[in-house]
Amino acid sequence: MRYLPLTDEDRAEMLARVGVAGIDDLFADVPPDVLRRDLPDLPHRRSEVEVERALGRLAAENVAAGAVPFFVGCGAYRHHVPATVDHLVQRSEFLTSYTPYQPEIAQGTLQYLFEFQTQVAMLTGMEVANASMYDGSTAAAEAVLMAHRITRRHKAVLAGNLHPHYRDTVATVSRLADHEVVAAPPAPAGEEGLIGLIDDSVSCVVVQVPDVFGHLNDLTALAARTQAAGALLIAVVTEIVSLGLIVPPGQMGADIVVGEGQSLGNSLSFGGPYLGLLATRQKYVRQMPGRLAGATVDAEGQRSYVLTLSAREQHIRREKATSNICTSSGLCALAFTIHLTLLGEAGLRRLARLNHARAVALADALTRVPGVTVLNRAFFNEFTVRVPGDAADVIERLARAGVLGGVPFSRLEPRRRELSDLVVVAATELNTDEDAAAYAAALTEVLAC
Amino acid sequence: MLNRQGRSTAAGEAGAARAATFTGNRALRIEEALIFEIGRPEVSGVDLDEPPDFALRLGGLERTAPIGLPGLSEPETVRHYVRLSRNNYSIDAGLYPLGSCTMKHNPRLNEKMARVPGFADIHPLQPLSTVPGALALIAELSRWLIELTGMPAVAMSPKAGAHGELTGMMAIKAALLARGERRSVVLVPESAHGTNPATAALLGYRVEAVPARADGTVDAAEVERHMTQDVAAIMLTNPNTCGLFERDIAAIARLVHAAGAFVYADGANFNAIMGKVRPGDLGVDAIHLNLHKTFSTPHGGGGPGAGPVAFSRALAPFAPVPCLTAGASGLAYVEQAEDAPPPARPLGRLCAFHGQMGMFVRALAYMMSHGADGLRQAAEDAVLNANYVRASLADLMSLPYGNRPCMHEALFDDAWLDGTGITTLDFAKAMIDEGYHPMTVYFPLVVHGAMLIEPTESESKASLDLFTATLRDLALAARRGDTERFAGAPRYAPRRRLDETRAARHPVLRWSPPKPEAAE
Repeated sequence: MRYLPLTDEDRAEMLARVGVAGIDDLFADVPPDVLRRDLPDLPHRRSEVEVERALGRLAAENVAAGAVPFFVGCGAYRHHVPATVDHLVQRSEFLTSYTPYQPEIAQGTLQYLFEFQTQVAMLTGMEVANASMYDGSTAAAEAVLMAHRITRRHKAVLAGNLHPHYRDTVATVSRLADHEVVAAPPAPAGEEGLIGLIDDSVSCVVVQVPDVFGHLNDLTALAARTQAAGALLIAVVTEIVSLGLIVPPGQMGADIVVGEGQSLGNSLSFGGPYLGLLATRQKYVRQMPGRLAGATVDAEGQRSYVLTLSAREQHIRREKATSNICTSSGLCALAFTIHLTLLGEAGLRRLARLNHARAVALADALTRVPGVTVLNRAFFNEFTVRVPGDAADVIERLARAGVLGGVPFSRLEPRRRELSDLVVVAATELNTDEDAAAYAAALTEVLAC
Repeated sequence: MLNRQGRSTAAGEAGAARAATFTGNRALRIEEALIFEIGRPEVSGVDLDEPPDFALRLGGLERTAPIGLPGLSEPETVRHYVRLSRNNYSIDAGLYPLGSCTMKHNPRLNEKMARVPGFADIHPLQPLSTVPGALALIAELSRWLIELTGMPAVAMSPKAGAHGELTGMMAIKAALLARGERRSVVLVPESAHGTNPATAALLGYRVEAVPARADGTVDAAEVERHMTQDVAAIMLTNPNTCGLFERDIAAIARLVHAAGAFVYADGANFNAIMGKVRPGDLGVDAIHLNLHKTFSTPHGGGGPGAGPVAFSRALAPFAPVPCLTAGASGLAYVEQAEDAPPPARPLGRLCAFHGQMGMFVRALAYMMSHGADGLRQAAEDAVLNANYVRASLADLMSLPYGNRPCMHEALFDDAWLDGTGITTLDFAKAMIDEGYHPMTVYFPLVVHGAMLIEPTESESKASLDLFTATLRDLALAARRGDTERFAGAPRYAPRRRLDETRAARHPVLRWSPPKPEAAE
């Protein structure tokens, strides 16, 4: 087998050195009745060529986003990732290293994490950020637990326009951790009424910006009301590129900002691996979940980086840890930080502007399709349209016509029949004028028959 | 896997001053500044068109203040990260014997397949009718995991091992709640990973530690003494973190089940038994599998991982969404808890979307390459390699549980260093100077000054011979009292020992612009 260096001769010599007659002697503690000789329902080894063929066949059954006019978003976005990013990410020293527990031989990882933390803090308008979480949704759940620790209250208020997968993720953890959750209903015309849900039993309010329908809202008043009740405002950003163009949540008063970082450096990959971002104020740093890289010096006084404040973490604190998280998303964070370094401030602003321009042009094109209305007044690169009839059916027919036209809201909320005519549509810098025209033409045709 | 109990966190003695160069560089080793020190906000390594003039629709929320982000051109970017990378140890460059962390070879075929557009460039919310190959891949990987564990169901969405633990323990809590029972205690052996008690505590359970017997394994009789109607589950790692197979596990499972509780297995060490022992045959109710440990997906300097969880018949109905269910017309993909056909009662959703697809492709590529026969051989080679290391060092270094066969990792303690003035940490740092990544140190906590060595199946005999010869040389030096070789180590790494106390006392977690110099 190509991954196994030992030969049968090696094995025999080694067994002799170990002082046993055969490999089974090393499994002597296993009850003999459960020791398997074979698993007959699984295939045997295959060559590289055979594996490549078999998996290639499966891949070919999927419609790749790059092959069609593509407008799907809702928490994962298709952006152009410069070739440099994947090349650097695949360097052995990054790809095949472990969590940097031995800092003297892991300064590469530790320095990029320190740089990553700084970039995330700057982008979100916060003071500190951690070294990444699994993804945006689990980061949101962790932020809620963090707010509970800080406020010593156990009730979260979730905005109705929080991505339903995020809401469900928070709700699942909360229910099984015996915490309370109050979720407002979705408001496709724009969020309202959250302030009425806030009282002094609430630990945090979780709100998404831009929200799941693409609306942009100023959080300043909500932040003030939340904080007046002694609670924390958690802002969720699922499209991190938006922060190149819009006011960051930190500046609007958020206490914790969580985000999905996939848009920078990471491919769609059917939903993972992605990377969660978590940023907050300096005063809450000891209640943060996850790893933190910090600056220090070595014995010769040279500037160095090391994982720090580990007294929060499970490998030191065990049942008293701030989270059970161990492995997070180091390599995805590397892709994010390289992409953002390549862009720089000027590039990020241009990219964000380009996304907004594409979305505005697409919204105008779709508005002209008979029967279609755009619900948003303000948006970044994603907006919601109402179509006549069942949106899921429209999207399915568009797919057959070779256009992936967005997310029917019923995919996320099948029980809310009143929202079954809504499609969330995203546009990025990868969409051309021809894509937008093709979408409008196909939609016109689908709705006509 | 590292615990700092009892170890010094100060930088230690400085040793000889480093040879001075003008740049601070040393040949191939380049001191690299932070991007914030070399980048400029107006520079970009990405060429993008400026959009034509258009009216913004941002509702007045346009960002006007500078962000402060530096930019680098493409050549500068490449140089920055290549230079950084050269300060990292990696499994591609050398043996990485981190016990319990399982640093095995990461085949590049995995990387190639994960990047095929049909897997990498598909959106989690595009119509399911346009991704049959993705669903088939998830189904096929599930089938492998079901066969390898001997358990009837698997949840694919958990994002990493600890997330899988959370999922498994949630299913246990959900199953108990469905019976109308609120139990409050979870039993965890003292040798367990820190994630186990952290997970139990997150769900509101009180953690009760179960001591091991003298041979390093959990005694069924001891578990029985802790068993009450208030115990929800026991969390067992098997093989355990001492590298030993929990030989009482079937008996433990029987008595746990008799009390109406469940067995959670931490599958971090499944690589030792894959294809040889099925956890389902041992009475396990839930086990997470670390695709990045057992099935060769890269660790990437701390993730991403993937932590699918296999469930017993008792827990299968509570598996989270999304999930694949077998129906009359073949496999159905269920995304909403309410849509699951009875008797399923999904505990809910653990994360957005479908899980770590990119890791699924890599893991399946690895499994298909090995086949069931190859996986079994890999497990046997991993165990043989660990025992070879044990046997090669047993006369010089002390084994807390005696010189008897281990599974995939060999655990030493620091008793043999008594009186030398050299600590486990010193020994580990001296290994760095010899070109090796240290083993896991100070974990598991049940052993003083633990050194946990896991060579994995990826090492050749020649590689192990040099490794053990090196450790023997170090051990002999320690026994002779050559403290010089240890106290100042590492000497030849990119950095000497770090001042961790300073990092924690005065946390500097981000770069900040230099303050304007005060007038003198």
